[in-house]
Amino acid sequence: MPNLEHPAYPAATLLRLESLVPCRESQVSMLLSIFGERQQFTFPSIFIYGHKSSGKTYVMQTLLNTLQLPHVFVNCVEYFTSRLLLEEILIQLQNCSSETKHASRMLCDTFNDFVRLFKQAVASQDLQDQTLYIVLDRAEQLREMEANILPAFLRLQELTDRNVTVVLLSEIVWELFRPSTGCFEPFTLYFPDYSIGHLQKILSHNHPPEYSADFYAAYINILLGVFYMVCRDLKELQHLAALNFSKYCEPVVRGEANERDTRKLWKNIEPHLKKAMQTVYLREISSSQWERLQCADGEPGQLKGLSAHAHVELPYYSKFLLIAAYLASYNPVRTDKRFFLKHHGKIKKTSFMKKHEKVLVDYRQTIDNRTSNHLLGPKPFPLDRLLAILYSIVDNRVAPTANIFSQITSLVTLQLLSLVGHNDQLDGPRYKCTVSLDFIRAIARTVNFDIIKYLYDFL
Amino acid sequence: MSTCSVSKGCFVFKPSPKKRRVSPKTAEYFKEANNDSEDSGLRFATCQSLWKQIKSETEQVQEELNKQLFDNLVSFLRRSHSEFQEKTTEWTCRMKSREIPTAALVLGVNVTDHDLTFKSLSEVLQNNITPYVALLQAKDCPGIKNLMQKLMGQLMNCCIDVDSSDEEDYVQVSQHRIRCSMTSLISWYENITKKTDSETPSKKRISRHLQSPPVVVIFKDMESFTTKVLQDFIGISSLLPHSVSSLLCIELFQSLSCKEHLSTIIDKLLLTTQFAFKLSEKVLQVLINIFLYHDFSVQNFIKGFQLCIVEHFHSQPLSVLCCQLVEAKKRVNSLSHSQCENIRRLPSFRRYVESQVSEKQIALLTADNFLKEVIQKLLEDLHVYHENYVPVLRCLHVFTSSLPKYPLGKQIRELHCACLENRVWETEEYESSLQLARMLNKSDLVTMLQKCVEIFVSSSGKEFDKVVEKLKEFLAQFQKLEAGACQERGESVSSQKELQKKTDLYHLQKTLLELKESRRSKKLTKFEMLRFEVVDFIDNLVRNYLVPADHKTLHEIMYFNTASALREHLNAAPRIALHTALNNPYCYLKNQALKSDGGSISNKAPDICIVYKLHLECGRLINLVDWLEAFSTVVMAVEGTNEDAAASDQVDDIIHARFIQAVSELELLGFIKPSKQKTDHVARLTWGGC
Repeated sequence: MPNLEHPAYPAATLLRLESLVPCRESQVSMLLSIFGERQQFTFPSIFIYGHKSSGKTYVMQTLLNTLQLPHVFVNCVEYFTSRLLLEEILIQLQNCSSETKHASRMLCDTFNDFVRLFKQAVASQDLQDQTLYIVLDRAEQLREMEANILPAFLRLQELTDRNVTVVLLSEIVWELFRPSTGCFEPFTLYFPDYSIGHLQKILSHNHPPEYSADFYAAYINILLGVFYMVCRDLKELQHLAALNFSKYCEPVVRGEANERDTRKLWKNIEPHLKKAMQTVYLREISSSQWERLQCADGEPGQLKGLSAHAHVELPYYSKFLLIAAYLASYNPVRTDKRFFLKHHGKIKKTSFMKKHEKVLVDYRQTIDNRTSNHLLGPKPFPLDRLLAILYSIVDNRVAPTANIFSQITSLVTLQLLSLVGHNDQLDGPRYKCTVSLDFIRAIARTVNFDIIKYLYDFL
Repeated sequence: MSTCSVSKGCFVFKPSPKKRRVSPKTAEYFKEANNDSEDSGLRFATCQSLWKQIKSETEQVQEELNKQLFDNLVSFLRRSHSEFQEKTTEWTCRMKSREIPTAALVLGVNVTDHDLTFKSLSEVLQNNITPYVALLQAKDCPGIKNLMQKLMGQLMNCCIDVDSSDEEDYVQVSQHRIRCSMTSLISWYENITKKTDSETPSKKRISRHLQSPPVVVIFKDMESFTTKVLQDFIGISSLLPHSVSSLLCIELFQSLSCKEHLSTIIDKLLLTTQFAFKLSEKVLQVLINIFLYHDFSVQNFIKGFQLCIVEHFHSQPLSVLCCQLVEAKKRVNSLSHSQCENIRRLPSFRRYVESQVSEKQIALLTADNFLKEVIQKLLEDLHVYHENYVPVLRCLHVFTSSLPKYPLGKQIRELHCACLENRVWETEEYESSLQLARMLNKSDLVTMLQKCVEIFVSSSGKEFDKVVEKLKEFLAQFQKLEAGACQERGESVSSQKELQKKTDLYHLQKTLLELKESRRSKKLTKFEMLRFEVVDFIDNLVRNYLVPADHKTLHEIMYFNTASALREHLNAAPRIALHTALNNPYCYLKNQALKSDGGSISNKAPDICIVYKLHLECGRLINLVDWLEAFSTVVMAVEGTNEDAAASDQVDDIIHARFIQAVSELELLGFIKPSKQKTDHVARLTWGGC
């Protein structure tokens, strides 16, 4: 384990820093050596990437705060336009320099203004002899702003001629950022994912004050045993640990077991955690509901999860419209005649096949092609076809009233159908059916319609 | 601004030049349309007051239905927020990621009803929880920027509402000058909560809110928001870059199903004597069909009901009598002679007259005063009929709704329709449900009878004292039966024992046959006798009280039965209308020359009709040259004069121009469009006859 050392900072501060960033020592020491001493110029821009919850934001924040380096920290999702972003940087800059709040609002529309105002802000304070760090979290958002923003940030040092470094944090690799026109290449640094050992160490780090660290570590061990297979997200795990810890402690609180009685505790918590994996982890029930359940000690069966309400109530014709749309989306056009024409005769699978595919060798291939209809996903279909199918599957005559047409639009707003192509194309609109097979089968069952019989894939 | 256009498109709205001309009073329309302007003013007033009553009634129903849901939501909001405030220092709370309490409200597909629900929801929230409620709609928020703008605008405005009396500086903040970011929202929030804290909570409104009230954001149509916008918004408001759905602490609430809502509305509006206005079977069926088949919208149902009211009072001069009994009797006295004639013309009244003795017939047809007396009596009869009808219907529903397979329908509205349609006791379904009722077991029967007793006791009908007595008597007899049951069981056990003694197969068969025989001819047990009696009793009630309304004299006054008018108004069929207009122009133009149209294409019809008819005979792609030739042939054939020109194979320029115009008109109507597949062809956009 490399101990952090740097001539510019006192050893005590470094030690504290090290205790705050477990499992990220190598990255921190790397950063420290890049940063150099306070007054030294460093890389104009640094790009840090890694999977989510691999500690990018946390490490950066702790590092800058502990060493008391002057910095500005901005989340690019929160400031979603370039103007908001630039203004926010300037405001934070003003705040960190002088204690008295400037009431004046600055207007900063372009990057040119920003550079000017930035120079003023830096000049007015004692920042000149230190490197100023501007950290842009979720930097991938920058790509969606004006084209000049990202390249300009990358060479901000050069543009402003000040001692400033821009740090970009992102979940995606630098190659996806690089604009086609080319730009200044930042120094890139990768934060690898935490291993299970790391997770164990970090999670055990923050143990509740009432219990010993070992006790909590044992709990974390059990927790990871259950959840590591499905979830490696540190934050999520932390959340789950906090949610279920009170249940783990129960035997101890009741005096039935002592803290060392790991086996007993394991027996108590394991089924509970499994249940949690099926419900609260998937957000079937919310964490506050889960907590209440724990208090009441009741069965989660009483509480209906989100998916218990998954059925949708639809008017009668809407159901048939949806069924017709599903058939239109998943059946090839050429089969319509055979499904919906009354006198298609006894054309069964084989003769039908013979008609279209001459050789028997092709037959196998068609079987393969056929099964793929559901794998390929829904295909778009024109409005006419939808209505034609509707008329043939509904028993009684349906007048093409405005009501029917407006139901199609309703289905689109409910996201059960989706409009293909442009919204303002008036003639010949095309739709896709976006519901799943299970859903449509449930719908069809309510109107006594055997949809499987009409699906080409299942013949 | 909205248009009356059915199609999507761009519409120009000119600002209205001046104040609009004062539109003629609505009441005038009542007069204009009917040359028979009898009592139009009075009718209009009655109609208005009736609608007002119904409206308030329906609103009340809606409120009650939503109450439970809103209560849950309010308590959820209170709870989630208080948790958030209390435990910030605890260890678990530090460790957990900060979730945003979220309530998912499932409202169903009847979008038109939602507006009302949301309006009352935000009202409830503002009164009980927090003044800071923002309602966001997907169509206003295509991007995160617009969303934030809307949100801030709404929040800051609502704060003005609360302390408009003493805070004026906020009014000046225009929306454009606000920086639309979370930081400014936070600072605004801190500012505002500080202010309310320092204020003495003398204002009732504020004291009811929690300390530091939460900000509630309602997304009206979640499913229509683009995912990106929502993700960003949630990410922003929690300020944690984290997978999005895990930031929400979702609890689900479901509103009442709209079918139940409809049942309640029907219960409150139709199955009551409170309102004199009634719907006939056909009309009700139209409204219910629209609801079930098309939109599931209670709001539309009520609108349809309103239309019925207006139509009824507008078209039926005698509807002046369609009001509460006391008032109606007064109005009868002041009826004019022509109104009396109107009454004499009513089919139901004529039937009544025919059934009277001849002297009375003459008196009824000649003497207005005598007629008025009779009408008063008849109106009273009708009123009593209604009073009795409802409880008996409910009572019958108690029975039919628990039968297997529901031969008479599960819902009371189906039963109601069946009873209005014709004599319900003559139908097969009724027969089969009586059969089934004769097989009910005792406990079911007893609970049903108890329910019936409750219904009759709570009803206002005067004739039901005896019925209640009789029902109670039945109940008492069932009680007695229970006591006597033990003895009977003893008997049956002995016969069973006898059966067990015989082990010989032949004898066994014989005894079994005998047993079967005896069971068939056996006289019924006491319970069975009683059951028959009960069913007969109910049957009697039905025959007495559930006579269809159109068998009643003067039912035309109360019942609206022009279902065709309603269908015309509510079931708009643009495609069919277009087809009729183009296929059979006489229908709209009323020109005699167009009338004798037996499938052939007349040359006198407008050009577009000829072109349309010709195009019906084509396939998907239409050759323009062929079309033009056919068109010119038709047109020439009619004109007939210059046959030489037709022979010359050269199409007249004028006919060519007419053809082009007609085709472009068709294109405008959306029947054809230019095709890219073949240059001189157009593609049909419709198929079939219509």
